[in-house]
Amino acid sequence: MNTRNRILVPVALLLALVTVAGCKKKPVPPPPPPPPPIVVPAPTAQITATPTLITAGDQVVLTWRTTDASSASIDGIGDVPTSGTKTVTPSVSTSYHLLARGEGGSAEASARVTVNPPPAVVQPPTMSEEEEFRANMQDIFFDYDAATIRADAQAVLAKDSSYLASHPNVKFVIGGYCDERGSNEYNIGLGQNRADAAKNAFVSAGVAASRIRVVSYGKEKPFCTESTEGCWQQNRRAGFTLDR
Amino acid sequence: MTRCKLPTGFNNPQIDEWVGLDFISRRVGLETHTTAGREAGATRIFLLGRIAHRMKASLRTLPLFALVLAFFLATELPAQDWVHTGTNLGNDRIRIAAADFKPVGEDPQTPALKAAFDATLYTDLANAGIFDLVSKSMLPQATPGAPPEINMTQWTAAPANAAMVAFGALSSSGGRLVVYGWLFDAKNTVNPQVLAKQYNEEASQEMARSVAHRFADEIIYRLGGGINGIAETKIYFVSSRTGSKEIWAMDYDGQNQHAITHLGAISLSPRISPDNSRLAFASLGNQGWAVRMYSLELGRTVSFPAGTAGGSNQSPAWSADGTKIAFSSSRSGSPSIWVADASGANPRKLTSFKGPDVSPTWNPRTGTEIAWVSGRTGLPQIYTMDLDGANIQRMTDGGYAISPSWSPNGQALTFSWNRKYGPGAPGGQDIYYFDIASKRWLQLTHESGSNDFPCWAPDGRHIVFERTIGGRTQIWSMLADGTQQQQLTKTGNNFMPNWSWK
Repeated sequence: MNTRNRILVPVALLLALVTVAGCKKKPVPPPPPPPPPIVVPAPTAQITATPTLITAGDQVVLTWRTTDASSASIDGIGDVPTSGTKTVTPSVSTSYHLLARGEGGSAEASARVTVNPPPAVVQPPTMSEEEEFRANMQDIFFDYDAATIRADAQAVLAKDSSYLASHPNVKFVIGGYCDERGSNEYNIGLGQNRADAAKNAFVSAGVAASRIRVVSYGKEKPFCTESTEGCWQQNRRAGFTLDR
Repeated sequence: MTRCKLPTGFNNPQIDEWVGLDFISRRVGLETHTTAGREAGATRIFLLGRIAHRMKASLRTLPLFALVLAFFLATELPAQDWVHTGTNLGNDRIRIAAADFKPVGEDPQTPALKAAFDATLYTDLANAGIFDLVSKSMLPQATPGAPPEINMTQWTAAPANAAMVAFGALSSSGGRLVVYGWLFDAKNTVNPQVLAKQYNEEASQEMARSVAHRFADEIIYRLGGGINGIAETKIYFVSSRTGSKEIWAMDYDGQNQHAITHLGAISLSPRISPDNSRLAFASLGNQGWAVRMYSLELGRTVSFPAGTAGGSNQSPAWSADGTKIAFSSSRSGSPSIWVADASGANPRKLTSFKGPDVSPTWNPRTGTEIAWVSGRTGLPQIYTMDLDGANIQRMTDGGYAISPSWSPNGQALTFSWNRKYGPGAPGGQDIYYFDIASKRWLQLTHESGSNDFPCWAPDGRHIVFERTIGGRTQIWSMLADGTQQQQLTKTGNNFMPNWSWK
């Protein structure tokens, strides 16, 4: 009984459904539409650029799509497939102008990419200027508790001065440095005298005083921190750095 | 340099005036030196002439004259190393007991406040330098909270043997801290009360310490001959613990350390104004060092026009009346001593020599003399001059002498001196006490690190200084005879302490 019912019930329901459905009146089919006039649709064109704002050197992806076109071209790129993508790296702001041609006429679209100039590339020239300065300007060293220019320092200053004479636009800082012995205050005074002695030597050699800035660092910025005479000598100096 | 040891028990009226209350002389007694030993003839004549002049002026100096003459006549004085032959020679410090204060009430804040108060009062009295403080282990167990509760015989009996007892009660309630404090003279059975004080403040750890400082200063003022205590004073200093050298402040005992400036530059040489309102210091900028002014009232830097002239403008020093600032400036060549109004107006130059002139300090008593460091003859030496740049006197006879500070009574300098300076010399950089009239000196630090920037406390009994050991520099304080040395800072590196005037 169970098995029979399981089959009978769905069948009966199905029959009932078909019967009910069959009762609806069938609509009269509409007359066939008149044949369309023979017109060629005008083409359409779309182009996008991603992103639209870049820094020079960055890449932009152009994506374009046309319909009913037989050929397409983008200004500055030339003929292109009727749809596609292309990666470009414009160096200046550019309008990418897409022209799609078909039997039905032509269509245009454009995408504007704004290109910011690259960050000022000052690093390479300044580095080289700085490197050149460092390669040519040697620091001078002093005797203990003294601010007088030693004979060996005079030779160094002569070479430094000739570099400065041939690079009249170079401005620089003379730092006065002292070894760790003695008070911070006395060493600032001593460092000032060392830096001033170097400045006076440069000015005597014809370097304009306006190119020179003098700062005494005393014993606040040592080059070397060991308590040895070798280290102390390294710290008793007038140091030259490019002024920016 | 020949050094000579004075006979123990040596007593000279001139020396008795070194520091108020005979503080130094009574404690020194052990070793005194003169710079006159190996002077060039000209200097001797000069010195003799000066002393002869002084003798004419006052017979009081006769013993000193005889003493100096004795030095000249002595052919070979025995040199000897420093020794501590004893302390408190001829000096009985007042034996004082500081009882733990009695806690009153059940407020949960009270125990912590009481602990801070008790510890601070005990430390202040121990630091004062005029007391023989009964050690905690010898104190009676009693904590008398008021006069009726104190049993004097407990305190006068051994082992406390107190001559004076400080005691009282402390309570906190409703966010207020109330302290009653008494000082009793144990020997005066009839009328023992010397002092009775009451304090009512906001209940906080900081205020508990502050109240203890104030009570301690009352006691010190009463028993210390009318000289104000230093428990409420501050010490300004340079710390590089945050990376750059900034100006910091702390209580005199090293508590409550906090930054004042946040400039991110190198700032040095803080000098607090006599009224505690402004802080002069030096700071490194694009155009070199400028003397700058920080208003503690406004919490920002204020204008100080005389301090910014390019080059090195640094090491400011306030006159005791707060109207003028002396400083070192290189604006006209080699760094010289200049003086300007405290407003930064009217800078004028006092010295004009080749070597660097830096680190001025005023005679706080007269306001008309300045001591400073000059490299005019080579290694830096200490000189004094009048405010018009005249009457220049050289104080030190050699070595490497820097960072002077003039004592509050005007009679002495303290500075950092490496006397045995030179190749292979065994000298260390130590703090010295230097009597200006006699040019005799006393070495205060011995064989511990490199010591610099001593600065007098306003009581003339204490000196704060920086000590570098193994590349680490910290602030220390000591009594003006070199005893009771204690380290005040432990974090980072700390330099150039300056003790407030009050």
